[in-house]
Amino acid sequence: MTEEIRAVVRDHARLAVDIDTLPDDADLYRAGMTSHASVNVMLALENAFDVEFPDHLLKRSVFESVASIRAAIEQVQAEAAA
Amino acid sequence: VSVRVGIDLVDVDQVASAIAVHGDRYLRRVFTDGEISDCGGYAEPRPDRLAARFAAKEAAFKALGAETLPFHEIEVVSAPDGAPLLTLRGGLARHAERLGDPRVSVSLAHEAGLAAAIVAITHTSQGGTR
Repeated sequence: MTEEIRAVVRDHARLAVDIDTLPDDADLYRAGMTSHASVNVMLALENAFDVEFPDHLLKRSVFESVASIRAAIEQVQAEAAA
Repeated sequence: VSVRVGIDLVDVDQVASAIAVHGDRYLRRVFTDGEISDCGGYAEPRPDRLAARFAAKEAAFKALGAETLPFHEIEVVSAPDGAPLLTLRGGLARHAERLGDPRVSVSLAHEAGLAAAIVAITHTSQGGTR
């Protein structure tokens, strides 16, 4: 899952640096992702993982890093399976 | 009376690109029906106008000090005289009410590929927002 998330971030986050140089917990906003780019990332993640982020997860901290995105997707998938 | 202010700047090309890549899903997910209709509709969406509205949502979110940004809970449409009007709904409206008699003002601008918005909220509470 992490590699797929990284691919989405690479294609949609418009980072100022190569995502491959960043650890999973690196702050993507500090790496150049704008708030609008984070919406592109969200929509691309929804396509890639066939999920929809609910309103309560539409917060800056969810899209802050590869690790936080992974945790949120796992949460959405678990909620959908429950 | 106290004032809280938020500002945001959006690259119009990023909005055009989002429309090109994600199409109507992007429009539906981020903007209200009123905003889409105000910005050319689904047939001919105007990235510059939409970018200004996205900036207004972010600016309002910052001014409110809210934790989440449900995009449809902030709507910016044009009044008959052309002035933008920002309306808060749902959880964000309740969040604003906690500030005490909130009055929201918004100003939009777009030029040279950038859209900007400033939101000011006057309120009566001196305390925090949460």
